[in-house]
Amino acid sequence: MLMSIKDLTRRYAGQNRDVLRGASFDLARGESVALTGDSGSGKSTVLHLLAALDRPDRGQILFEGTDISNLSDAAASELRRGRIALVFQQYNLVPALNVAENISLHARLGRRFDPAWTETLVRHLGLSGLLTRYPEQISGGQQQRVAIARSLAVRPDLLLADEPTGNLDETASAEVLRLMLDLVSRSGSALFLVTHSPQIAARCDRHLHLSGGQVRSAAP
Amino acid sequence: MIHVLGTMFRHWRRAPLQLVLLIAGLALATALWSAVQAINAEARASYGRAVERLGTGGMAALTSPEGAIALQTYVRLRRVGWQLSPVLEGTWAQGGRSVTLLGVDVLSYPGAPAMVTAAEADGSLGPLGVLTTPGVMFAHPETQAALAGLDQEAFRILPLPDLPPNLVLSDISVVEGLLNRPGQLSRILILPDQPEGLPALSVLAPRLQRSSTDDGPLGDPGRLTRSFHLNLTAFGFLSFGVGLFIVQGSITLGIEQRRGTIRTLRCLGVAMSGLMAALLLELIVLALVAGGLGLVVGYSLAGLLLPDVSATLRGLYGAPVDGTLSLRLSWVVSGLGMALAGTLLAGLQALLSLRRMGRHLSQASYATARLNRTHIWIWCLSGAGLISLGAVVLQVGSGLLAGFVFLGGLMLGSAVLLLPVLTLLLQGMRRMARSPAFQWLTADSQLQLPGLSLSLMALLLAVATNVGVGTMVSSFRMTFVDWIDQRLVADVFVEVETDAQAQAVMRWAKANDARSLPQSYSDTRLNSAPLRIYGVVDDPLSRRDWPLVRGAPDAWDQLHSAGAVFVNEQLAHRDGLQPGDRMTLGPDWSAPIAAVYSDYGNPDGQIIMSLPALRAHVPAPIVRRIGLVPTEATHPGDLGQGLARDLGISATAIRDKDMIKSLSIAVFDRTFVVTGALNILTLAVAGFAMLTSFLSQWSRRLPQLAPVWAMGVSRARLAGLELLRSLGFAVLTFACALPLGLGLAWALLNVINLEAFGWRLPMYLFPAEWVRLFLLTCLAAGLAAVVPVLRLLRLSPARLLEVFSNDRL
Repeated sequence: MLMSIKDLTRRYAGQNRDVLRGASFDLARGESVALTGDSGSGKSTVLHLLAALDRPDRGQILFEGTDISNLSDAAASELRRGRIALVFQQYNLVPALNVAENISLHARLGRRFDPAWTETLVRHLGLSGLLTRYPEQISGGQQQRVAIARSLAVRPDLLLADEPTGNLDETASAEVLRLMLDLVSRSGSALFLVTHSPQIAARCDRHLHLSGGQVRSAAP
Repeated sequence: MIHVLGTMFRHWRRAPLQLVLLIAGLALATALWSAVQAINAEARASYGRAVERLGTGGMAALTSPEGAIALQTYVRLRRVGWQLSPVLEGTWAQGGRSVTLLGVDVLSYPGAPAMVTAAEADGSLGPLGVLTTPGVMFAHPETQAALAGLDQEAFRILPLPDLPPNLVLSDISVVEGLLNRPGQLSRILILPDQPEGLPALSVLAPRLQRSSTDDGPLGDPGRLTRSFHLNLTAFGFLSFGVGLFIVQGSITLGIEQRRGTIRTLRCLGVAMSGLMAALLLELIVLALVAGGLGLVVGYSLAGLLLPDVSATLRGLYGAPVDGTLSLRLSWVVSGLGMALAGTLLAGLQALLSLRRMGRHLSQASYATARLNRTHIWIWCLSGAGLISLGAVVLQVGSGLLAGFVFLGGLMLGSAVLLLPVLTLLLQGMRRMARSPAFQWLTADSQLQLPGLSLSLMALLLAVATNVGVGTMVSSFRMTFVDWIDQRLVADVFVEVETDAQAQAVMRWAKANDARSLPQSYSDTRLNSAPLRIYGVVDDPLSRRDWPLVRGAPDAWDQLHSAGAVFVNEQLAHRDGLQPGDRMTLGPDWSAPIAAVYSDYGNPDGQIIMSLPALRAHVPAPIVRRIGLVPTEATHPGDLGQGLARDLGISATAIRDKDMIKSLSIAVFDRTFVVTGALNILTLAVAGFAMLTSFLSQWSRRLPQLAPVWAMGVSRARLAGLELLRSLGFAVLTFACALPLGLGLAWALLNVINLEAFGWRLPMYLFPAEWVRLFLLTCLAAGLAAVVPVLRLLRLSPARLLEVFSNDRL
């Protein structure tokens, strides 16, 4: 098992209810899992906890058997540099860098930069003609493809995506999802995807639903 | 409108630190400017008081090319009906101290009422005491104290604070006796009101020269000190400009952060003109509050600096300036006016950009702030254009103003060039970067550059000014110390009170195997300006040491054998004289110029010639100081003791070379105390400007830092990179400021000094000073980055996660 999430509880300061209340689930290598839920149900919180960007109040997050729920900033950073990658709805590209530099940045930070693999990603994602452009010079769909290329260039064990198609139109959305699933299966990574869309969730191997702070398998 | 204004003002309740920075920046800028203006206003008021009460600067004067005017000439002109006032001036050595003795005719002298008032204030003399009491004299209290050892029976010195130091004023009958110049006048003042129909003075006294102003010691000190005040004003203006960078950053941020509010108000039907008016009103209120605060700080600062400034002005120019400050309405109004104008100027760009954006307020301007090639070219051309403009003005124009325009063009143009230069440097570093973190850092810094550019320009100007002024002062000091060594040819100097005493000292020196170098001189006028002519004896030490700037190799032979003269640098510059030229000193008196020599600290023209040549035209030149050179076997101290023992000369009248040198250097150092203080203040303001910029950028930094953090760069590392970025900018700016500072130093030494004082100075380099300044710059940049870095270190992951929140837009 790549990741085992056990009994996670999280309450934010100033709030009088737990966002997560004993959420538990597993994630296997090569698997794609979608998490759906209402607005404010805590989907992004789960994703942030899996990425060690946040810490739970209680519970465990076992990554290859090691608990990463309470890592120091340095240790969590090291984990994200090489093994876990994120794709955000807002793309969050670095505006100072051009497309080529954005794509290679994460892999180079984690010392996992492979020019041949990056070239493959660039070709598959149709970014070859955009490499010298800056984020503000390309469209939203193109920016999201750059963000995906950036995360996959690391060859992460786990790819986390938070509403990766939320800002895209239907066609672009379908294309981005197809590419993500395709490239995840090629690289052998696991994909954990947060989405509002049942259609997108349906295309993943498993569909989880978050409600009342707990994660359950969604009805087929 | 009141609701709009209220809504806009509420922003500051949520951003108190930003408000404090805005007000502090503006107050600091106003304070430095106001302090300089307060000092200038106080000095001008002091000059005005002195001129009004005692001054003769506004009057025309008659002088003689021969030096002295016969008393009969004055009497003859008076009998014709001309309203005149005679003046006799000379050097009087007393108690080891030389003072200028000024004799006036109390009945006709325009400043006589001040003398009468001072006499009355003393209590022991009645209104006529000035006339009827023998030996009554007036002097500045400092001079009065220094002459306390005088024979109290023969002389009675009363305090008159409006007089410049080192000057003693008395009735002409007293002075002619003390100077042993009976029946002689130095000049004749032409009083303002004259009867009509008088024959012209040029007909009545054709050999006398008429000047439009009196350049004597009671002339207008404002003219002499103009360059000093201009320098001070330029410094104040620079500090003000640097301070405005802080204000600009804060105002821009204040408007940027209220985009949402502005957009909402627009949606609620508030016209753009109404919003602009509200923002304008807000700026005016802030300017008046900060300006008022700046005036209070400036007043205190001026109070602290004024004693040093007045000491400098008294020491350098003999200009009387009180050491105390008074509050003047004109100063308050001008300070508030500058604060208001500065704020509006600083806010103009933000207001215009707001107006340009109109309805598209939601557009993110920051991401598109990257400089493209066209921008870089525009900045390059603008900077080069400003520098060229200054250079053209310097070539075409002349005088101090042209010099300052050149400096202004150089500084401003270089500041404009900073942005493209840093962009190109960062581009180069980015290309060479191997580590991804460093590549991100350089690329990110490039993106931050437009937002930081104003504070970096402020830092550039502050560092360049420090390098330039520091190099100028240190070069001047080094030159001055060498020059003092060269000018003080003898080992011991004796002040003598009479010609007889001078002869006695020279006879004693001969009997004791010491060489005498009497400083014989005669005062005259050349082209209506004062000129002192020294007659020198031929001595190998003078030939070896005298500080010649340029001249023929056999200049000394020409001086002693061919009747040539050496002119001081300021006279050569003023009258365009060169070695090889011939100068006319009187109707039957001209001489070739063999060399030009440096003569720092002297505002007047001076020439030296051989003593026999001087005596040929001035039979009895004045000797009030004699230099003595002992044999190698004799210690200079023994000479002094021998003189005191054998001739009864007071110990205070005998000074050795080292004593004079250390005193002169102390005066020099004090002169630049104010410059040093303003230098440090300007650097502090620039550091503050950087802090403001970093804090201003903080709110925009999170969306840029959060993704990098999410990619595995820890907050501690990000904080380290932020510090590195700040230091990197400081280092790059310093690298640009150093050559600019050296250019500034060159301009100060070769253009400003030349135009202001008439002398050029050699430029020396002081790498140790650069290292000190470099460390100070890094310290300022480091301190400016401390707050953002600490914020970053303490930043909770939750704040960073907000960046990724899907609901944030």
